[in-house]
Amino acid sequence: MSTGNIEEAPRSAATSSGGDLVVTGVSKRYGGVPALSDVSLTITPGTVHALVGENGAGKSTLGKIISGVISPDEGTMTLGGEHLSFKSPREALAHGIVTIAQELAIVPGLSVAENVYLGVEASTVGFVRRRESRRRFRELAKTVGFELSPDRRAGSLSIADQQKVEIMRALSRNTSIVVMDEPTAALSGNETAALHKIIRSLARDGKSVVLISHFLSEVLALADVITTLRDGHLIRTVDAKDANEESLIEGMLGRSLLTAFPEKATPDEERAIVLEVEHLKAPGVNDCSFVLHESEILGIAGLVGAGRSELARAIFRDSKVSGGTVRLKGTELAGHSPSRSIRRGLVFIPESRKEMGLLVGRSVKENISLSRLDLVSRFGWIAGIRERRKVTELMNAVTVKAASIRTPVSMLSGGNQQKLMFARSVMCSPSVLIADEPTRGVDVGSKRAIYDILTEMAASGMGVVVISSDLEEVLGLAHRVLVMRHGRIITELSGERMNEQAVLAAAFTESSSEGTDS
Amino acid sequence: MNVQVETPEALDVDSEGGFRSGVIRLLGSWRLAGIAIPFLILFIVLSVWSGPFLSTTNLINILDQQCAFLAIAAAGTLVLVAGGLDLSVGAIYGLTAVVSGELAEHHSPFIAIGVALLVGLGVGLVNGMIVAFLKINPLIATLAMSFVIGGVALRVSNNNLIVLSQNSGFYKFANVQLWSIPSAVWIVLVFVVILALLLARTTFGRYVIASGGNAEAARLAGVRVNQIRIITYALSGLAAGLGGVIDTSRLLSAQATGGGPTLTFTVLAGIVVGGTSIAGGEGSVPRTTIGVLFIALIGNGFNLLNINTLYQQIVLGLILLAAVSIDVWARKRRR
Repeated sequence: MSTGNIEEAPRSAATSSGGDLVVTGVSKRYGGVPALSDVSLTITPGTVHALVGENGAGKSTLGKIISGVISPDEGTMTLGGEHLSFKSPREALAHGIVTIAQELAIVPGLSVAENVYLGVEASTVGFVRRRESRRRFRELAKTVGFELSPDRRAGSLSIADQQKVEIMRALSRNTSIVVMDEPTAALSGNETAALHKIIRSLARDGKSVVLISHFLSEVLALADVITTLRDGHLIRTVDAKDANEESLIEGMLGRSLLTAFPEKATPDEERAIVLEVEHLKAPGVNDCSFVLHESEILGIAGLVGAGRSELARAIFRDSKVSGGTVRLKGTELAGHSPSRSIRRGLVFIPESRKEMGLLVGRSVKENISLSRLDLVSRFGWIAGIRERRKVTELMNAVTVKAASIRTPVSMLSGGNQQKLMFARSVMCSPSVLIADEPTRGVDVGSKRAIYDILTEMAASGMGVVVISSDLEEVLGLAHRVLVMRHGRIITELSGERMNEQAVLAAAFTESSSEGTDS
Repeated sequence: MNVQVETPEALDVDSEGGFRSGVIRLLGSWRLAGIAIPFLILFIVLSVWSGPFLSTTNLINILDQQCAFLAIAAAGTLVLVAGGLDLSVGAIYGLTAVVSGELAEHHSPFIAIGVALLVGLGVGLVNGMIVAFLKINPLIATLAMSFVIGGVALRVSNNNLIVLSQNSGFYKFANVQLWSIPSAVWIVLVFVVILALLLARTTFGRYVIASGGNAEAARLAGVRVNQIRIITYALSGLAAGLGGVIDTSRLLSAQATGGGPTLTFTVLAGIVVGGTSIAGGEGSVPRTTIGVLFIALIGNGFNLLNINTLYQQIVLGLILLAAVSIDVWARKRRR
């Protein structure tokens, strides 16, 4: 399946609008933070074009731009010479570009065939011609080689089969380009193999596949062309036969140091253990054990979906723990509610502050004092002055900038919102803080302030766990790093061995089929 | 814990913010004005147009009639703010009315009042637990419960109208005059003030607001969301019980179908007209009180001005639509 076989594929002429998809100088910013800077590439029909890179390197952003989910701030796209500017995925669809996202878009209550032909049903004056649909479905199924009953309820299918439904839907719409974002992340070994076959057959039929994947072995096995992204920049585009895992990882590495980190206090091995996790099992967490000392910052690295947040929530007793123990300062955390964990001295800052952290419409004051209203109240009656004083003090401590303590949180910048989460945590005076993605969507200045807060908290004797997709951040802050994959802690790195190369190697190298046993 | 970080830029807490935040700050009082100004206008218009309106008798009469509505709406505000909905208040009102009526015939008024209130509280508690633990949509859960409760109420009263004699001590509960205002009004006033303070000034109130505003965030911040919600339903049941007892004592008669959907939806209308968001997370008991009285004034005005009552319904519906539209608009502005 070299790039030159478009002409041999008879379907392609009829189905695709044909020609190369040329992306030129595309940039995208989110709230001032560049996600993609000046990226240009060409996607040729009949090839599998893989996009690889760390978390946040911009691969998904690029995929979304190609499929019209988001529009770029700068740059142009052309398909076979025709200028493209999509305002919605629907417009991209009209040009034969289809996305198969991680979150599947099927209607669970409809049958397989109905899902495949959703919106383009064969019909006579509004009545769906079921027999005709089924016939068309069988034909399509035969050409792609799927065995799916057209009459099954789509909701009752496995994830892999639901993905097949999406792929069939894509193929039934004269598609020329299929964008797949982490298609095998949720699949078992067999299903992955089946999907790989499909991807290859798509390319053989003259369609292009844009494959976004974390699994380097998968990428190397499937792709014809591999583009490496780092920090939103295109590092290089190479032929797959000229690449190997080492060269790809090497391409993802070597980020420029954008932010300085506060100096690390020397970790002291003699310090008391504040948190002890033993054989913890929970949804997405498989037999995890580690300890955390006083004044220590422990980093948890891993790819998105590796089970880092799940581990945090299991420790925080926010998910159903099926086995193992969590001891906080020697006493077992047996409760089943976050409120009890907080009272015992364990605080958790969740990854998405808007959905899981803040009452967006309420004031800064109410948001900060929420966890420890008991400190500023007597017999349930809130002492207004005491609350205002306490909140002001905390806001100064973590440098939250707000017009007033009564300003609604929705008016604050992302950085200030995140600092506010820290103010709330500081008010709880915990012995352990778990911060999940503490600087996501935060500007550079606030990042530094948050690093300082984390370091100060640790210096005051707290044990701090930092979960982050930003590798530089984990390495810059943490005394020790745990790397997770498929719900397990794969390796622990400290001292000399704690470097980007080692973390990426541990996080990336296993094949995608490993997920079956977990 | 002492976190000191670079650039400890002095934070002037009470300084004026930018224009937008100033606007947002006004929103709270703006919502209050949104119901208070129409209320005052209506009040003045009625005073001018209709002579009997401004008489003390008429005004006290309105308050007396609205007692049950005011109590139930105050508690209903808490339910709504916590992210719930209680459609069973009409049924609970009917049940507690007949329970207190039956008991008052043969027992001491204390037993009649006490048992009826406990029944209201108990049913509310069940409502809350169904919603919290079975995770059933509150609309469906309390609707289903209202049928169950309504059936029980019919069973208790054998579908009869219960009529009481004026001599009983039970009559005094709602009808003792203090400064020529009946005790029913005083009782409800105290109840409403307590709920208003509970929502606005206590930790419980904060938890109610947090539970309705963002349940997930509240839970992760250590708020026991389920517990808070159950308490709001229990309070709602208690309020419906109080309303049932007061009206039975006031009117000396009780009927299982006395409250029903009409009461439920009038109360809900009052809460929403008062500017409490049906989406939860914000609301105020004083505004609800004005909302309920606003609707009562419309009814009273239409009667005094001899306008066909069917227009009253149309007007009420339009006002409700306007209130909800304003809420939606205000929420969008905040994004």
